[in-house]
Amino acid sequence: MSAPHRPVGDRFRRYRSGRGGGEQLTVPPAEFTSYYGRPILKPPVWKWDIAAYLFTGGLAAGSSLLAAGGQLTGRPALRRAGRVTSLAAVTASAYFLVNDLGRPARFHHMLRVAKPTSPMSVGTWILTVFGPAAGVAAVAEAAPWLPERGVLGVGRRLLPAAGRAAGLVAAATAPALATYTGVLLAGTAVPSWHEAYPELPTIFAGSALASGAGVGLLAAPCAQAGPARRMAVAGAALELWGAHRVETRLGLLSEPYRTGVPGRLLRAGRTLTAAGVLGALVGRRSRLLSGLSGAALLAASVATRFGIFHGGVASARDPKYTVVPQRARVDRRAAGS
Amino acid sequence: MAEAHPVGFQWVMEAKRRGAKVFHVDPRFTRTSAVADSYLPIRAGTDIALLGGVVRHILENELDFREYVLAYTNAATIVSDQFADTEDLDGLFSGYRPDTGSYDTSSWQYAGHEGHAEITGTGKERDSAAGLRHESHGMPVPAPAQRDETLQHPRCVYQILRRHFARYTPEMVERVCGIPQDKFLELADAWAANSGRERTGALVYSVGWTQHSVGVQYIRTGAIIQTLLGNMGRPGGGILALRGHASIQGSTDIPTLYNLLPGYLPMPHHADHETFDDWVDSIRHPGQKGFWGDSRAYAASLLKAYWGDAATPENDFCYDHLPRMTGDHGTYQQVLNMIDGKIRGYFLLGQNPAVGSAHGRAQRLGMANLDWLVVRDLFLIESATFWKNSPEVATGEIVPEQCRTEVFFLPAASHVEKEGTFTQTQRLLQWREKAVDPPGDARSELWFFYHLGRRLRERLAGSPHPRDRALLDLTWDYPTHGPHAEPSAEAVLREINGYEVATGRPLSAFTQARDDGSTAIGCWIYTGVYADGVNQAARRRSRHEQDWVAAQWGWAWPANRRTLYNRASADPQGRPWSERKKYVWWDPDAGEWTGYDVPDFEKTKPPTYRPPEGASGVAAIAGDDAFVMQGDGKAWLYAPSGVLDGPLPAHYEPAESPMRNPLYGQQANPTRKVYEHPVNSVNPSPPEAHSAVFPYVFTVSRLTEHHTAGGMSRTVRPLAELQPEMFVEVSPELAAEAGLTHLGWAHLVSGRAAIEAKVLVTDRLTPLRVDGRIIHQLWLPYHFGTEGLVTGDSANDLFGITLDPNVLIQESKVGTCDVRPGRRPTGPALLDLVADYRRRAGITPQRRVPIVTTDAAGGGDAAGSTDERSPQASADEHDGGGDA
Amino acid sequence: MPDANSLYGPLDPAPDAGWTDAQPRMGFFTDTSVCIGCKACEVACKEWNDVPGSGLDLLGMSYDNTGALTANSWRHVAFVEQPRPAAPAADAPGSSVAGPQFLGMPGARPPGRGTGAETRSDFRWLMMSDVCKHCTHAACLDVCPTGSLFRTEFGTVVVQEDICNGCGYCIPACPYGVIDQRKGDGRAWKCTLCYDRLGAGGTPACAQACPTESIQYGPLDELRERAAHRVATLHERGVPQARLYGHDPTDGVGGDGAFFLLLDDPEVYGLPPDPVVTTRDLPRMWKRAGLAALAMAAAAVAAFVGGSS
Repeated sequence: MSAPHRPVGDRFRRYRSGRGGGEQLTVPPAEFTSYYGRPILKPPVWKWDIAAYLFTGGLAAGSSLLAAGGQLTGRPALRRAGRVTSLAAVTASAYFLVNDLGRPARFHHMLRVAKPTSPMSVGTWILTVFGPAAGVAAVAEAAPWLPERGVLGVGRRLLPAAGRAAGLVAAATAPALATYTGVLLAGTAVPSWHEAYPELPTIFAGSALASGAGVGLLAAPCAQAGPARRMAVAGAALELWGAHRVETRLGLLSEPYRTGVPGRLLRAGRTLTAAGVLGALVGRRSRLLSGLSGAALLAASVATRFGIFHGGVASARDPKYTVVPQRARVDRRAAGS
Repeated sequence: MAEAHPVGFQWVMEAKRRGAKVFHVDPRFTRTSAVADSYLPIRAGTDIALLGGVVRHILENELDFREYVLAYTNAATIVSDQFADTEDLDGLFSGYRPDTGSYDTSSWQYAGHEGHAEITGTGKERDSAAGLRHESHGMPVPAPAQRDETLQHPRCVYQILRRHFARYTPEMVERVCGIPQDKFLELADAWAANSGRERTGALVYSVGWTQHSVGVQYIRTGAIIQTLLGNMGRPGGGILALRGHASIQGSTDIPTLYNLLPGYLPMPHHADHETFDDWVDSIRHPGQKGFWGDSRAYAASLLKAYWGDAATPENDFCYDHLPRMTGDHGTYQQVLNMIDGKIRGYFLLGQNPAVGSAHGRAQRLGMANLDWLVVRDLFLIESATFWKNSPEVATGEIVPEQCRTEVFFLPAASHVEKEGTFTQTQRLLQWREKAVDPPGDARSELWFFYHLGRRLRERLAGSPHPRDRALLDLTWDYPTHGPHAEPSAEAVLREINGYEVATGRPLSAFTQARDDGSTAIGCWIYTGVYADGVNQAARRRSRHEQDWVAAQWGWAWPANRRTLYNRASADPQGRPWSERKKYVWWDPDAGEWTGYDVPDFEKTKPPTYRPPEGASGVAAIAGDDAFVMQGDGKAWLYAPSGVLDGPLPAHYEPAESPMRNPLYGQQANPTRKVYEHPVNSVNPSPPEAHSAVFPYVFTVSRLTEHHTAGGMSRTVRPLAELQPEMFVEVSPELAAEAGLTHLGWAHLVSGRAAIEAKVLVTDRLTPLRVDGRIIHQLWLPYHFGTEGLVTGDSANDLFGITLDPNVLIQESKVGTCDVRPGRRPTGPALLDLVADYRRRAGITPQRRVPIVTTDAAGGGDAAGSTDERSPQASADEHDGGGDA
Repeated sequence: MPDANSLYGPLDPAPDAGWTDAQPRMGFFTDTSVCIGCKACEVACKEWNDVPGSGLDLLGMSYDNTGALTANSWRHVAFVEQPRPAAPAADAPGSSVAGPQFLGMPGARPPGRGTGAETRSDFRWLMMSDVCKHCTHAACLDVCPTGSLFRTEFGTVVVQEDICNGCGYCIPACPYGVIDQRKGDGRAWKCTLCYDRLGAGGTPACAQACPTESIQYGPLDELRERAAHRVATLHERGVPQARLYGHDPTDGVGGDGAFFLLLDDPEVYGLPPDPVVTTRDLPRMWKRAGLAALAMAAAAVAAFVGGSS
């Protein structure tokens, strides 16, 4: 194929698969045809903002659960850290989402409709509920600093209650916020996202829990951090199980998650998660070790999100991932009929 | 055709949809080939061999439409015994004059007419492109010719044809053209099978056929086939030229040519046509058959239209105001004259010779040596900016600060910004309305010339000089309208149509033309387009409201006749050849010709009419002489006169070819026009030495995405982006041989120039096995230049100037070159490269191009491979324009 | 009450979208067997819709210098040079199996090409004018969060440029890779099937400009009938490779409003062999997300109530 005088027609016509280097594929297609090797699909135009949002959105969800738990079980350190992190993360999320728009000034057009067929529309409304709730909950943490008299004094008295209610609203919305993003990615034609639709919400839920737990481990004294450790274990379990599934279950479409940059990110995520969980379990007496574990879990969540994001992008860029599975489907149908 | 005429090609696709089989013959596999049923690759410049093979196939297998051939062609006519064929003279016809490179045609005449040849081999006819005037004339035949209706006489045209084409066998076609024999036979059989009594076939050609040193003979060969098969003058038949752009037919009818006046009246020559009578008699040939007998009336009416009241029978209608030819005033001679400083000013109207004409360097050097140049175009084209950014500026041959030419660029209105007619290949005039106003200072050509004339006449008013009378006596009174005083195009069309001088009443037929000054006609063949004071070209009656001939859509010259010579659609007795191909026929009850079209015959002349002894003009046409403009009323399989390079077509190699002519000793057309000028050169061809220096054949043509020299497409973004770069197409084999890579650079070198292009390696080009060797062909688009959104080197720069002798069209569809990987050098090094090639090819100032092939010129190629280039090129090889 | 097939399966989309006065569904039938690659469709589209330039790049992909359907190219003519056909059976010398009947490259065998004339006798140059498919189940429309993309009364899919905020979701959602974000503008753009012309009873610019009727515009039902007839004719004439693409209302997108007659596999032209609208799986996706959300909530509750410290 590399001969310089190949005619244009021959160029790019056929590709050998499995050039990822030595890895066994469950579906080894012989060769496939494409149009000059050009992608059939348009790769997502989303910039890194969206991958970052996947993390911050999950972090907001996880930490608001942490906050609610702390609120309900009397662990103020978890509550405070969770609420503040949640607001910070949801604010960053809003920034990322608006920044990624082609026309940021039109962000409010998202509120024109509510469309169940559009995961993005659903997500918009989830964020619309979650964001203010997380905000009120976080602001409530400032109540003790308010003066006792005057208008602000009224606030000082009312805020804690409002914060409690808002915290619970945010926590109730949080699982939706953490998992809808799985549908957001799967609800596309991007092969390695779409086919991973059963696992993506689970991975993201786990990642959200783990990152929320990470905040708890970082912020709370060891005495209050127990639930965070348990959350870390549960989150890591969900995340690792889901990631393992997408890396192995999808045949050819698992390839993008195992190779290249996405493969490295996901491997890093796995290692960091394991380290974080391990650290959280063995370091329950050590503030330092707990903190490091929390940081590892947060980093793991970042790596996993970027890994999943770029894995999908890679699958859209190479026509192989579009053609081979579809061609196999057509051939199966033809053989069956 | 799909490439260059996609809109017209819809009808080919429609025919294919209805079951027609489409053949495509082309050096490269094009968009036409992609939808054809059969593709025949051909070596560029060998079509006469292919068509000659078809002629032979028809004759040997007696596939001709014999009744038609006997009745309507000169197949039975006996030719002079002085005639000698290429068979006898190894590629020359009798009468060749080596001193002038032209033929004395006396020996080509019909038996008994030997003394009547018009052309005696002085070369004057070639200089004045005299062949072109016969586009509609037909040549004179002074007296009835001897015929042998059994076609057995050894000197009858039919037998001469058989002998002449006997060597054009399928094997020879394969050997010359590279077309496999089975493919050739499939084509020939399909052509014959789709002709005859029940079926007809049309031949459509384009500039791929005309732009050759034997271009006219290409068409002649096609005409012989169409005539043998009975495809002329019948519905669905004919020979049609697809022109390069809109209304090229119109610009021949009302010509932008130096040797013709409107309606194919020849431009007078200063030596031969001193008086009005000399001139008119040279057209009408007193005593000759046919409609040209009335040409005195056409000529007088034309002059009357020009000079109005000043033109009277007493002063020969101001005949002395008409300019005279003194020799070759063709575009290429003009360019050489510019280089030589003989021409001071030049108008360019919608033409871009810096890109579109052969030998671009000569064009640009010529234009750089004028006092003034007026360019009227839609966009700023290369021919207006050559003085600052042409390749010659880079090489130092043109220095912008010193270039003496003052260029006036005047923006022109496009076809949608003005009204007027287009005349297409079927001679159909279609009126178009103005859609939008032209932007800014852009004006129509009509506006430009009218106001230029008006201002000149104002300046000259009262001039005592006789030389100014021609301008001052002109009728120049067109009504104008609008803020810019736009002249009325309809008024011009009305004048073209002609009118009765006394009343101003528009004429309705050219038979109303008079030679006494009572009629004025701008172009006699167009008379009727304004009949009854109605713009007939503007008629747009739907095809659903009329029959399939659609005579009420636009207006076709002459006399709204859609098919010329349609008398031939009926048999000699006037009956349709078949019900299926019924078109025009004799109605014995009504005693007149009738049918779907306007009969191309005197309405009431019966098929049985025989002219009385001594008749001339129209009266001499018999009732079964279907080809009424011809001197003998017959279609000419053999042309005793009128074609300067032979009464029959013969395959000659292109002026530049890597091959020896497999058919004859004579290598190339012995009458081709070669300009010996320092700027011009011809790459050597066998048997001359050093032809291997330029081992490859290249051909150029158009891409669908661009228009001719690119002035209307490289400037328009949606078009420019579709083909954004100059490229060259090569076969994988040539790419391997020359070391070219896909999308890499290559440069091509001829004796004139070196240009660079991106490489497209494609199976659509294929090496041909020709005469025992492999010939590689390259293809280039010729659209690119230095202006516009997308730029690139001009393919036409590679060509030299060699012309067809009949109409002086340049050979710009085939040449030889070398190709090398990488970009070309720039600056003076570019000249060095070309000079080095010239040195190796033996192109020295002393070399004379061998017009007649002699064995003495033979010899091997001493220069060896391209790797033996010498870096030193002596200065005297820079034999270019020199005066730029 | 939405149609049971609102997300997947055969459907008449305009009434489903709520049009009470829906017109007959209009579309394109692009017959690539008569396409001559003139690109008049590309130019006419750009002129009429005032689409900006798409770059001056020589791509070397035969005569395709457009490359793909993009925000700035709503029609794209693909050029495929095929030295050999897809059907290997046709290669056997003397085989009666009809290969591509188009033409022959030369039988003369130059050196280096010793595989016999047969290998050259089936050279094909395929051309296809690609366009937005105006799917029955249009993923772009389904996932659009602003309502910028909408279903017209003609059953076509159009972006409203004054609504689109450039969220970019429609772009990876399209299974054909059609809709695209315009650089420097940020919004998504694609073929509108000349909604403005349709509304005035006109024909889309590309179909109007097509000289060979390769692009046919009309009521979809009529076009489907015509297309089936054309395929049958081509099969009779010995072109067994002719097949329709996107005509089937039971396919993964419920059939296309713009469908094609192809002479080879869709992927040869850069089309997906078996596109499926992503929304087909949407109910299952939400279910999975719900389960994951529950698991998440449960894990959080467990983390707080289940532990000792």
